[in-house]
Amino acid sequence: MNNPHTDLSVLGVFSLLSLLAIGGGTAVLPEMKALTIDAHHWLTDSQFRDIYSLGQVAPGPNMLMVIVIGYHVAGTPGALLAFTGFFLPASVLALGSSRLWNHFDGSPWRLALQMALAPIVVGLMAAGTVAVARTAITGTETTLIAVAVFVLVYFGPKIIGAKVNPAFYIFAGGLLGYLTLT
Amino acid sequence: MSVTKPPIPAPPSAPGAPQGAPATQVSLLEIFITFLIIGGISFGGGVVAYLRNALVVEKGWLDEEEFLTALEISQALPGLNATNMSVIVGDRLRGPVGAIVGFLGMTLPGGLLVFALGIFYVSNHGNPAMHAILAGIGAAAVGLLAAVTVQIGHKQLEHLREILLILITVVLVSFLHVSLVLVLLTVLPLALFIYRPGRGEVDEP
Repeated sequence: MNNPHTDLSVLGVFSLLSLLAIGGGTAVLPEMKALTIDAHHWLTDSQFRDIYSLGQVAPGPNMLMVIVIGYHVAGTPGALLAFTGFFLPASVLALGSSRLWNHFDGSPWRLALQMALAPIVVGLMAAGTVAVARTAITGTETTLIAVAVFVLVYFGPKIIGAKVNPAFYIFAGGLLGYLTLT
Repeated sequence: MSVTKPPIPAPPSAPGAPQGAPATQVSLLEIFITFLIIGGISFGGGVVAYLRNALVVEKGWLDEEEFLTALEISQALPGLNATNMSVIVGDRLRGPVGAIVGFLGMTLPGGLLVFALGIFYVSNHGNPAMHAILAGIGAAAVGLLAAVTVQIGHKQLEHLREILLILITVVLVSFLHVSLVLVLLTVLPLALFIYRPGRGEVDEP
């Protein structure tokens, strides 16, 4: 399963995604689905859902699940290549640009760029949510879990006056899935 | 505010080096461990809050304004806030080596856990209990993502042009399945034109 061509594809796909991830990981999920499921047939819809869910259990940056996609496609080298591809290009860019950004301190274009990006990022996050929903919402149970979590996260703090760590909802979702879907 | 970069990294400092002093005195090990802790405890997203607490409140490596500037850069660039911040702050403290050390600390705990889970997942494929748990987590993640998106979008959902930009983006990506490259190449210039400097109108930030 480990041929050089596949390895190169994994590196290429995730490097491209790295540079497209404006607005964070969620923003790039639709493109990640299109490339890994439709273009390369590395995963099925439900495998994508499973692997995305695995990533939710871990701490740190929320797109570490690319490691599992790489592992699924091409073993341990694939895991390393997906990780490197997804994180290296953007990190190198961040290293170079942070100095450049400070150079433009006070430039009106800096504010213009921030204001222009804000609605696009919200749009891309919404599209990322739709992309996950299309694989994860499969019936009554999953719909109810998603709606319940949305209501609790969005309205909960206004009602009980305190914020609950989102990790709690992730684990509760896993438990409910185990109880209702097996 | 400008960040000056010393050309030569200074030797590691003794513990208790003056805070807010030239950042070169922070040791690489301290950078690594600080990001390792953030990367290891920031469950459920919201890494920004953990970063602020560690970098501004506990370590005093950045003041509020510097933190917000670093965050602005992280958000304006491709990549994740968490890793971009680790690179930018690591670089600020100890140059490119600091950036690498910060990045590795940030990604190591979660990366190793996800890798172990991934091996388990691939070798237990078809296990109904595992798929049921992951299906439940996926559904909860959808609710979470939707709530976070609405919370962030709430500020923008007041002006017609912002709503239009959001809608154009969602329709292009989710319903017309236009590639993200094309979407960014068309919508971003459009948005930049709308918000171009000197258009004779002042917006609240």
